[in-house]
Amino acid sequence: MSLIEINDLKVHYPIRGGFWNRIVDNVKAVDGVTFNIEAGETYGLVGESGSGKSTTAKAIIGLEKATAGTVMYNGKDVTKAENRRKLDYNRDVQMIFQDSLSSLNPRKRIEDVIAEPLRNFEHLDKEEEKLRVLQLLDIVGLDADALYKYPHQFSGGQRQRIGVARAVATHPKLIIADEPVSALDLSVQAQVLNFMKKIQRQFGISYLFISHDLGVVRHMCKNIAIMTRGRIVEVGTREDIYNNPMHIYTKRLLAAIPETNVNHREAHRKHRLEIEKIYQEQQATYYDQDGMAFPLVKVSPTHSVALPPELAKKFEQQSESKGVNV
Amino acid sequence: MWKTILRRVLIMIPELIILSILVFLLAKAMPGDPFTGSINPRADPAQIHHLMEIHGLYDPWYQQYWNWVVHLFHGDLGMSYEYQEPVVDLIQQRGANTLWLALFTMVLTYGIGLPLGMYAAHHEGKLQDTLVRVYTYVTMSIPFFVVLVIGIWIFGYALNWFPTSGSVSAQASGLGGTMLSRLDHIILPGLLGALFGTVNIVQYLRSEVIDAKHSDYVRTARSKGVPMKDIYRHHIFRNSLLPIAAFAGYSITGLLGGSIFTEMVFSYPGMGLLFLNAINFRDYTVITALVLLYGFLNLLGTLLSDIVLSIVDPRVRVE
Repeated sequence: MSLIEINDLKVHYPIRGGFWNRIVDNVKAVDGVTFNIEAGETYGLVGESGSGKSTTAKAIIGLEKATAGTVMYNGKDVTKAENRRKLDYNRDVQMIFQDSLSSLNPRKRIEDVIAEPLRNFEHLDKEEEKLRVLQLLDIVGLDADALYKYPHQFSGGQRQRIGVARAVATHPKLIIADEPVSALDLSVQAQVLNFMKKIQRQFGISYLFISHDLGVVRHMCKNIAIMTRGRIVEVGTREDIYNNPMHIYTKRLLAAIPETNVNHREAHRKHRLEIEKIYQEQQATYYDQDGMAFPLVKVSPTHSVALPPELAKKFEQQSESKGVNV
Repeated sequence: MWKTILRRVLIMIPELIILSILVFLLAKAMPGDPFTGSINPRADPAQIHHLMEIHGLYDPWYQQYWNWVVHLFHGDLGMSYEYQEPVVDLIQQRGANTLWLALFTMVLTYGIGLPLGMYAAHHEGKLQDTLVRVYTYVTMSIPFFVVLVIGIWIFGYALNWFPTSGSVSAQASGLGGTMLSRLDHIILPGLLGALFGTVNIVQYLRSEVIDAKHSDYVRTARSKGVPMKDIYRHHIFRNSLLPIAAFAGYSITGLLGGSIFTEMVFSYPGMGLLFLNAINFRDYTVITALVLLYGFLNLLGTLLSDIVLSIVDPRVRVE
């Protein structure tokens, strides 16, 4: 069984207008997202900004109210606040944010920042609590004198490690990392990512890893979902996505990864322009009249793509005939 | 920390010297003198001339200033020309009156303003919020002296609930009786001042709380699973009250400065009224003493605010 099952999740924001301020339309930030996260794995959620990946994360952890759909955890739907309380859901699921400075209260010492989740869920005395905080700082490679410092006294990488320590404090099962390294420079990115991996091995934590950086996602994630305009357009394993991208959006996204090998640059450029040309020509066929992606179609046991109806039909027939053969 | 405070106090000295010279010169620059017309309309100009000479008012300004400073350091701010009383005594009496009224008003203002601001922010965008904001706009847009006059008319004359002038009743006797009478005299002006003076606190606190409510660190706290009521207590309250606490340092000037409107309308013998009369009568000694006092209090208030801010905000602290 999966650790957490997200089923047809929708988050819509009403647009109010007119004299009576009535709801005239909805912004469909997240519109029918479905995926499962297995225990101990890192699940990648990739998409451009505004594609709804952060909103999905917030809805999963309960920061944002889901309009429809369910998030099943331990057999309970945690989109309901009541169930979250009963399960101590917010102890088991923690979050790491992109902006490490603004997401820490500027007037709290690091000791209080890290100890706060402990104070909520575990009733430790002062000594035990301090010991735990020190252990956590040690795990992310910070000295004990960090205890009495304030957030602004750290570098970006150190602050993000504090964010990681804080998230790990309650021994969660799942950590949602919303662009955890996007605000950091490359060398520090690697450092923070390696700490995250180390902690995952140590505690068996699952990550929902949200990013727009395909290189980082490839390094971190086994399963990946590509999101755009509030819907998932392609789901699959790392190999499916990187070696056999089928949705036009995924192809374009992958073509945008810079090529480091100088000798291949010209070829890469040609490839990118080719994809771009196809994208401009076929873009319309991959989205419906409202500009939304089509429903997902299974193209292999692990790989699903939001294909346009004509293409989808072909695949369905193929898989049916295959099914007869087997 | 102590170094910072000491440095700030040292800076205050030249500031005060410059302030006192300016004040002294400005008071002297006002046309007229303290004697013409105040002794006897038909007084002999020669006699006035004589009086001016006795009081050293013909001396060059720096000599007058120096005399004044020397006396100041002996705790002598001179005699009031108008009241024929030492200025120090005058300020003591009037200051006490103003202090009572101002303290009472301040406690009420914060007592009404802080809960209202929190309440409005908590219900941001809802009916309760709108009502509070309407209240602040209404109180802000009515001129305060109109409020005072109408208040005195309704509660003083028509309903006869409160006295309409003075700071203590002549019939009051004994310590308890005097205190009660004093309280009776400040309730109406204090209440009106508070009800119509909360607008700044309410609006400021409201926007601070709303800012904090939507800040990233509150989102973090929510994702940690902190219950909303604890978030309000530990993260939102503290962070949004701090700037207000810091600015409260400035209100120290108001505590002794008095409100000219209130004191005029209620004929309340406080500092504001004293100041106004001193200006009208060219009571130089009183004017200079009061302006210097206000200046000093202002500097002190700024210093206090800075100290409070650096205590509460780790980012401001100088290390």
